[in-house]
Order: sequence, then C-alpha cells, then structure tokens
Amino acid sequence: MQKANKHTISFITLSVLLILCFFLNISLGSISIPNKEIINVLFGSAKNLSWQYIIIDYRLPKAFTAIIVGSGLGISGLMMQTLFRNPLAGPFVLGITSGASLGVAIVTMGASLLGGVMVGVLASKWSIVIAATLGSFLVLLTVLIVSTKVRDSMAILIIGLMFGSISAAVVNVLSYFSSAEELQQYFFWGFGSLGNLSWNELLILFALYSLGILLSLGTIKTLNTLLLGENYAKSLGLNIKHSRLLIITSTSLLAGTITAFTGPIAFIGLAIPHITRQVFNTSNHKTLLPAVFLFGAIVMLICDSIAQLPTSDYTLPINAITSLIGAPVVIWLLIRKRKMMF
Amino acid sequence: MKTNKSHTILKTKNLSIGYTSKKEETIIASNINIELKKGELVGLIGANGVGKSTLLKTLTKVQKALQGHVFINDKDLLKYNAIDLAKVLSLVLTEQISSKNLSVLELVALGRQPYTNWIGNLSKNDTTIVNEALNLTNIKDLKHKKCFELSDGQLQKVMISRALAQDTDLIILDEPTTHLDMYHKAYILKLLQKLAKETNKTILFSSHEIDLAIQLCDKLIVMSNGHVVSDTSTNLISKGTFATLFPKDLIIFNEKTASFKVKKE
Repeated sequence: MQKANKHTISFITLSVLLILCFFLNISLGSISIPNKEIINVLFGSAKNLSWQYIIIDYRLPKAFTAIIVGSGLGISGLMMQTLFRNPLAGPFVLGITSGASLGVAIVTMGASLLGGVMVGVLASKWSIVIAATLGSFLVLLTVLIVSTKVRDSMAILIIGLMFGSISAAVVNVLSYFSSAEELQQYFFWGFGSLGNLSWNELLILFALYSLGILLSLGTIKTLNTLLLGENYAKSLGLNIKHSRLLIITSTSLLAGTITAFTGPIAFIGLAIPHITRQVFNTSNHKTLLPAVFLFGAIVMLICDSIAQLPTSDYTLPINAITSLIGAPVVIWLLIRKRKMMF
Repeated sequence: MKTNKSHTILKTKNLSIGYTSKKEETIIASNINIELKKGELVGLIGANGVGKSTLLKTLTKVQKALQGHVFINDKDLLKYNAIDLAKVLSLVLTEQISSKNLSVLELVALGRQPYTNWIGNLSKNDTTIVNEALNLTNIKDLKHKKCFELSDGQLQKVMISRALAQDTDLIILDEPTTHLDMYHKAYILKLLQKLAKETNKTILFSSHEIDLAIQLCDKLIVMSNGHVVSDTSTNLISKGTFATLFPKDLIIFNEKTASFKVKKE
C-alpha cells in the first residue's frame, strides 16, 4: 500500500506540473502579453482583440497539439519497447516516419516530375498532411501484413527498419532531381512544427489520437504479460498475433497521425518511456501508461516553450529542440542510475 | 482437496512426435503411451538430442503431434482454447524473462492473468492464491525485491511460484535445474516433490539429474533411441532401462547405488 501512496503523490505532482507548463506555454511567445490579460482571454473577457486572437487562435491550439504529440508519441514508444523487448525501439521503428517522409517527398519534390499543372494542387498544406498519412499508413499496412506471417517480433522490427532504408533511398533519388525550392519545402516539413494547426485540424487530430489512446488502454494487460517474453505470454493464454495487431494498430494511429500533422518529432517516443521507468521505478504498465502520458505532455510543452525563444521573433525547429533538451536528460539519468531499466 | 488420487491428469495415446517439413516427416519417437496421475512428481530423462524438448513441446501444444493424441483431464489437447489451456497447464521454461525490472510479487501475480479482468486487476481471491504460492516456495521475504537482484536459484523458485499462482492441475518444467549448483539442484527438485504432495498438482519436469530424479520422483519417463518407457524408478532399475540410456564406452549405471559412474580404464 505504501507504494500505491507514493505513486499517487507522484501523479498529483505531475498533473499540477502539467497545468503549470500549459500556462507557461501559452504565456510565452514573440509578443509578451501580461498574465492577467491571458486569464481574461481564457475566461472570455478580453479587452485587447489582437491579444485575444493570438491566444485563442495560435497559442491555445499549439499548446493542445504539444500535449497530444508528447503523450501520443510517448505512449506509442512505450508500447513498441515492450512489444519488441528492445529499449531502443520507438514509435518510428515500424517505418512510420520514413513512410510519411516518402509521402511528403513525393508531393513536394515529385510534383514537378508529375507535370507543371499538378504543382499548385499538390503543394498545398492539406496535401502534405494527406500524403504523410497515406505514406505512413501504407508502410504500416505492409508491416502489419508481414507481421501476421512472421512468428518472431524481432523480424518485424528488422522489416520496419528495411522499409525505412528503402523510403530514405527513394527520398534521396527524388531530392537529386528536385529544385532548391522544392527541397526547402521538404526540409521545412522535416523540422517539425506544432504551430500550424487550426482548430478544425486539431479536432481531426484529436479524434484519431483519442481512438489510439483508447486502444492503448486495452493493451495494458497484454503489455504486462509480454514482460515475461512471448513463450510465457502464450502459456498464460495470450493470443500473440492478435495482441501484436492491436498494439501496432494503436501505435500507427497515434504516431502516424501525429507525424502527418506536425512532421517528424524525434526523441520523445524513445526517451519518455525511459525517463518514466527511471522515475517511477516500475515496469507495470498500469502505472507506466498514465505516467508516460503526463511526462510526454510536460516535456513537449517545455520544449515548445523553449523553441519559441520567448520575446524574439524566431521559432526554432521543434524536432531539433526535443533532441537537444531531451537527449542530455536521458544520458544524465542513465549515468546517475548506472542502469538501463526495462 | 484430497480427491481420488488415481485421477488421470495427462495421458497420451499412441503419440508420435517429430517434425514435418515440406517434403518429409522426421519421427523422433512413436507409440508413446504415458499416463500421469494427480499429485505425481514425474521426471523426464534421456540423453541430449533424444527428443525431450520435442516431447514437452508436443505435450504443451507448442508443436503438433505427428500422430496420436494428448489428453489433459480427459479432454483432447487440440480442443482446448488458449485461455482454458492456461487454466489447466502452466509452464516453467528455460528462457529468461524479458524484463527483470519486475518485482517478485508482480511476477508471481502475472500467473493470475488467465483469471483477471481486462486491465489485470487482482481480486481478493487472486491475492490469496498469490500469497499462498509465495509461502509454498518460501520466497515471501523476497516479495519486494526486483528480479535482477536475485540469484539463479532464487529466480527459479520465483518462476515455480508463478506457475503455482496460475493454479493449474499440471505444471511442466523444462530443465528447471540447469545453471544451478549441486545444493540448489537438490533443493529445487525436493521443493517440487513437496509441492506435488502438498498441493496435489501433477508436476512433470525434464532433467539431466538422473540420480536425484531416481530418488525423488514417483515415476520416471525414460527416452532413448525412439523408445519411451514410463515406470517407477525401482522397476526401471530392475528392468535395466538406465543402462540403455547412454553409449557404454564412458559411463556405466551402477544398480546398487542407483547412479552413473565413470568407467575405469
């Protein structure tokens, strides 16, 4: 019972921290808005209309996106690490990013190859989202079909990596034939961005994300059983193929849609589960899943606040910030605890 | 709990085991007829490569039988679905568990998975059974230790405790004494004997500890060159079965001491 109490305290602390980070995130930006005014805007009694516009239509959706991205990528990373019994696995091992980048590369760089008329249609923002979604889902579908034929989960991991290499090679070939402008557009997508979503887009992202989270809740018991290894899990009555399908579907829903809307975001999916395991000192997914949700959201909000470079006009690429801030944290944790836990 | 002791838990009927590839069938052993009763401790012995693992895999539905049938509690093994099988048969394997970050209590509690709800919460009954399993294997003091802190001998006790928590009529262990020192080999097998007696579960294990198995088991299954013989150890000794186990150039079976000795030059 003592342990349960300790976890309750950690969960309350993290929840409070999440709320604080949320307010910190919307209070920082290129234009400084007094805290009192921010609260006024949130309660619908704003006096300054441009401030209201900035907060309601820019900073709020961005903060919500950060929460969705952080928690979603964290949870899919957790599921992948347990499924593949590999602490280096993340949501992207299944070829999600490479599939998405392939889709985007075809739209941004392949457009000229397809003919000048298509350029205007293809290069719009929605087409990038759709191309990324299609790309990641096609790669995942292939991996899923293969996974029903393969007995060992490790083989799926390698197949995912191979698909990654193939997509990367195709992207390279495409970029060789592309103009500088097209290349730039592709690379901008690769920087990742939380700030481009309108409320409507956010709603679609949220709907798919919720479905992914619901499915992930259904995998908690399965993930705990898998901690024993696949043969023990089978002897406990677990249907390995069904469980694998459920876990991969949930991961692809989460990581696939998030990547489609925000671009690839490194580090979060790999590292958040590790940070959580170190802090909570457990491998029980009943504790880990909600904890990863909170940690992921908090870290993402902090990274986004830093990427904004408060009071300046610049926004740094979020994909770089997550690694710059996060990787040293993981290194420090591992050195301090001297142990990689899994 | 002390029901009719002659009740049969595991039975095979004209069982043939082996592998099938695209073109041919490789038969490892055929005509296997064994019968394990409730509360029996049974050792499976035989030389390396004689097919002990294949037999265990066939009995636990990991691998298909080439011919014949396996019955658990008078029901054909093929008719069990995964969850129902998990409620009558639990395993202790040679492979390591994936995550050693689990605490002993968590690991043993995972034995209750076939019975728990969708999220795996333990009921009062589940907790009682888990505690009982911890007590029976004398690992109550280790309860809050992490698995990576345990010695091989302790970890094996924990794995046996987990199988007990699964509360099945039959427990099958694949070489539970490998990697252990002489004392712990004897300790684990003695523990299995005690568990079979106290819980009235049928326990089948494969082992290379022939002399220990002869002393402790109610019955032995001896595999050699495609033949499978099952009987009590005294009967097997008088029949001279152990002498056929290995090639005779290095070691010979001494019937008086019931153990193998290196042949003198």
